[in-house]
Amino acid sequence: QLSETKMLSAQGFGDPGKMKDYHYTGPVEHKFSPYAFNGGTVLAVAGEDFAIVASDTRLSEGYSIHSRDSPKCYKLTDTTVIGCSGFHGDCLTLTKIIDARLKMYKHSNNKTMTSGAIAAMLSTILYGRRFFPYYVYNIIGGLDEEGKGAVYSFDPVGSYQRDTYKAGGSASAMLQPLLDNQIGFKNMEGVEQVPLTQDKAVQLVKDVFISAAERDVYTGDALRVCIITKEGINEQTIPLRKD
Amino acid sequence: MTVFDQLSLDGLRFNLTSEKNSAIPLDFFTPPSANSASFCLPNHSTTVRRPFPLSHGTTTLGFIFQGGVIAAADTRASAGGLVACPAVHKITPIHSHLVVTSSGSGADCMLWERILTREIRLYQLRHRRRLSIRGTAKLLSFMLHPFKGTEVCVALTLCGWDKESGPKLIYVCSDGARLQGDIFSVGSGSPYAYGVLDGGLKWSLSKDEAISLAREAVFRATHRDAYSGNNVDLFHITAQGWSQRKREDLKEEYYRDMEKRSKDRRGKIKRE
Repeated sequence: QLSETKMLSAQGFGDPGKMKDYHYTGPVEHKFSPYAFNGGTVLAVAGEDFAIVASDTRLSEGYSIHSRDSPKCYKLTDTTVIGCSGFHGDCLTLTKIIDARLKMYKHSNNKTMTSGAIAAMLSTILYGRRFFPYYVYNIIGGLDEEGKGAVYSFDPVGSYQRDTYKAGGSASAMLQPLLDNQIGFKNMEGVEQVPLTQDKAVQLVKDVFISAAERDVYTGDALRVCIITKEGINEQTIPLRKD
Repeated sequence: MTVFDQLSLDGLRFNLTSEKNSAIPLDFFTPPSANSASFCLPNHSTTVRRPFPLSHGTTTLGFIFQGGVIAAADTRASAGGLVACPAVHKITPIHSHLVVTSSGSGADCMLWERILTREIRLYQLRHRRRLSIRGTAKLLSFMLHPFKGTEVCVALTLCGWDKESGPKLIYVCSDGARLQGDIFSVGSGSPYAYGVLDGGLKWSLSKDEAISLAREAVFRATHRDAYSGNNVDLFHITAQGWSQRKREDLKEEYYRDMEKRSKDRRGKIKRE
């Protein structure tokens, strides 16, 4: 039973892997690993007055697909959505903890948590598990107090910062350079830097996920897009490759 | 509501509360191990192997000269071989006269800086005076001591200006070192930065010369070290406080350097 699979993400680069020894040395004992990798990609883009959080809906483990309809975007407040990918068990527990903390804050302070506050709180929740981390790559998308789009990206132990766009999960290494080029206008000479409109951003997100589904085995089935504006959260589902 | 409050979950909780003065309740959850009776350190031999790498690798430097303290750093955060973020802030202001440069694991540095800022502010409110840079470094070092031997990896350089004793540069790391000095460079790119700094540093440098020396040192380090790169952040601390220079993309600097080299080469060929 494969409990850890090599995939094109940060893990693949540092680990010498099974290629170190070609010959079979004897019986290999596998210790129980409390972690599993369930795949999935999350993406968030911040615009002038909107934010988009998108994720695929495939839940896989090893060579199997557990579900084709398991979106990774979770609504936290009317202006904030979080995308969590990695180990599904930790994603579920973490979102439950965040929901409970949001309720506690609402009851003690009589106001809803802002996106920035949720991000700071999540950082401390994740760091509280520094020695047995939540295996979750989080990206928060929402509107800040001024109504501008905000994206906060996290690493599994709580380091975070505010970005304009970020991809996380199994296809993140493929999507991030594309977003750097198309939204950040990086590595392009002599190009006019126009601000991103909502329609163009949604179309870009759809195109980018279609490309990710082509090349990453853990991404596919369907795409769930959550568009956050001051009117509320609008959800769309677009089909992707099912193979 | 304290910083590290957390709903209780099943499993061992390594509860660390320092004594009376600064009660920092730090609750760290640890995986339940078979011989939990003999459990003492978080870094027990039966710890769970992490399936992902954390961000590491950097070039930061700080030095003192006649015009104050300069702190400079690159902005790349790498996780394994991937650039996790090309635009990280490695130099964070703690208060108006103290900045801290961070190196090591990104999350550890970020959270420990946050804890330090909180403790310094609490000290200021309780004692109605600002804690000295030496006191800050000692406090940080003592807060990190319980985590010696664990995976926590922070190497911070406190760069500041004390009202009583002038410019100060103190290096604190999670191994327990606490060193005061005039020049420090930390991180995977530090050997390259030290080379440039040792070659050009003098007490009598002007502000612009010092800034350009710091920039040059970070640029050379990012050129040679794979884990450093992208931009350079620069802070200048004087008796009036810290001021930040605009973040500079080193890609432009690289092309300017190439231009200059090819011009020199052309000049040499003409003379021959």
